[in-house]
Amino acid sequence: MSDRKTLQIKQISGHSGPSPGFDMQRDAEVCKLIDTTICIGCKACEVACVEWNDMPFSPTTFDNTYQTMPATRWNFWNLIKFNEHQREDGTIQWLMRKDQCMHCADPGCLRACPADGAIVQYTNGIVDFQQENCIGCEYCVSGCPYDIPKFNPATKKVYKCTLCSDRVGGGLEPACIKACPTGCLKFGTKDDMKYIAEERAKQLRENFGFEKAGVYDPQSIGGTHVVYVLHDAENPERYGGLPRNPVIPWSYTVWKWLFKPVLGTFALFGLVGVLFHYVTVGPRLPQPQPPLKDSTPREKEI
Amino acid sequence: MSTAIERFDDKARDAFDRMGQNEVYEGELLRHRVYTRFLHWMVALFFFLALFTGFGIYMPWLFRWFTPIFGGGPLARAMHPWFGLGFVVFFALQMLNWIQPMTWTAADTKWIRNLRSTVSGKEKQDPPDTGFFNGGQKAQFWEIVGGSVVFLITGIILWKGARTFGCWPVAISYILHDISAVIMLGGIFIHIYLSTIGEPGTFQAMIRGAVSEAWAWTFHPAWYKEVTGRDPVQACEEARKRGQIAKQ
Ligand code: HEM
Ligand code: SF4
Ligand code: SF4
Repeated sequence: MSDRKTLQIKQISGHSGPSPGFDMQRDAEVCKLIDTTICIGCKACEVACVEWNDMPFSPTTFDNTYQTMPATRWNFWNLIKFNEHQREDGTIQWLMRKDQCMHCADPGCLRACPADGAIVQYTNGIVDFQQENCIGCEYCVSGCPYDIPKFNPATKKVYKCTLCSDRVGGGLEPACIKACPTGCLKFGTKDDMKYIAEERAKQLRENFGFEKAGVYDPQSIGGTHVVYVLHDAENPERYGGLPRNPVIPWSYTVWKWLFKPVLGTFALFGLVGVLFHYVTVGPRLPQPQPPLKDSTPREKEI
Repeated sequence: MSTAIERFDDKARDAFDRMGQNEVYEGELLRHRVYTRFLHWMVALFFFLALFTGFGIYMPWLFRWFTPIFGGGPLARAMHPWFGLGFVVFFALQMLNWIQPMTWTAADTKWIRNLRSTVSGKEKQDPPDTGFFNGGQKAQFWEIVGGSVVFLITGIILWKGARTFGCWPVAISYILHDISAVIMLGGIFIHIYLSTIGEPGTFQAMIRGAVSEAWAWTFHPAWYKEVTGRDPVQACEEARKRGQIAKQ
């Protein structure tokens, strides 16, 4: 591993105060480019992912499609989704999309997570789960617009694609990229990948008759560090349910950084309040209580 | 329907009285029977178990040192819904048990209006129409009833998660769940204070089940009158004349 290129943390879930070391050095943002128009659905990336991440075997599920299983699992982070789309003229278009974590610039999972350090975002854009800090609440699941984090009931923690942060930190490309035989997957800086993607989309529009071809890099979550080239960028839903305008429930920000501290303080007031009452007003005794001594500054009672 | 509940409650009360006992000494009145006390402490136990495991989910950075008591964050998270369910179940039984004395009356509205002078300690005795429970106790009881319903609904949504209910219901449920918890916690501080050091003599009502007559005529005059047939103000005056200081 080269010494300089260790990963720099940008954001930490549930963490108060700044992320240690942030802005110490500038890193290029990385990006994975997936060109769905070149993908042949060979699933080499699926195998490479399972192998590199040393995931235990899990049986596949046959549901009358070419898909390995209906959705990603805690131990299966990379899934090619197969979709048969019927065009208006009755012909069939076979769409394949590699489904995995999108490494969002504004990650809903991280926003939702209450555990300090269970999810971190590196300055290079990779969003990584740190299982030793995860408490398995699955809040991240509700924050993610792509249904990516998956719960392992045995460890009671959540897992997902790391964009091979361990390889990237060491200067290598992710395992899926290395395995792809068609050049459908590329890896580099975000700027480079965006450029290549736009060029490719232009080529599809101008030379191949895909008028709606375009790049999927949704700005509603600040863009993603995995971008797609689609034949039809106006209907991303066709590609196994890619959301057109992914949103993170705004309530997370309000809830975590406003409600929680405010409400916590509010509850604490109850405690402070009763202590204060005890030392100032004092307890209410069953009557008749012992008569007060004359010497007290208060008016003699009873 | 209500008679079925009453029959159930009566059976349970009798069954628990056979298992435990209500010791009432000279100069005391029976306040809470074994069944009520049992339910109360089961509710309190599950409330605190759910509360402390809940803290670990609320702000793990604050309670990192805390969750290991429950076997670590993930285990605390896994047990929390079960503790919560225990709380709701026992409190539901308590609600059936208490629904009759907890019914809101005009005297309670008056009691709440009068809150300021009660809190400031100016009033030594509760108003003469204060019954078995006062307005504040009833308000807390009904707050817990409402809170438990919110806990149950939002809790199930959070338990089953976004994959069953979708993202938005889950996102909203967190907030409601938290608000409910915080209101209840604030109330419990006050509750524990008043039932221990704030109004001495109350705690034994939930331990042995009996309270002193002086406690009864001071804090629940109408109830005192109902069970003894004597006038609370007069009883207190007589005790004062005898030079007797209230036993706590
Ligand atoms: C260590 C903690 C607690 C103590 C010392 C305590 C003590 C008591 C006592 C002495 C009473 C009888 C009051 C009376 O007879 O007038 C009571 C009643 C009651 N308790 Fe608790 N309790 C505790 C925790 C809880 C918790 C956690 C809950 C529910 C979440 C709860 C719910 C109630 C309710 C609803 C009543 C009846 C209404 C009232 O008196 O406010 N208690 N408690
Ligand atoms: S795709 Fe989901 S899991 Fe991945 S970074 Fe975005 S919100 Fe997080
Ligand atoms: S389950 Fe998800 S939200 Fe919960 S602590 Fe783990 S990473 Fe964070």
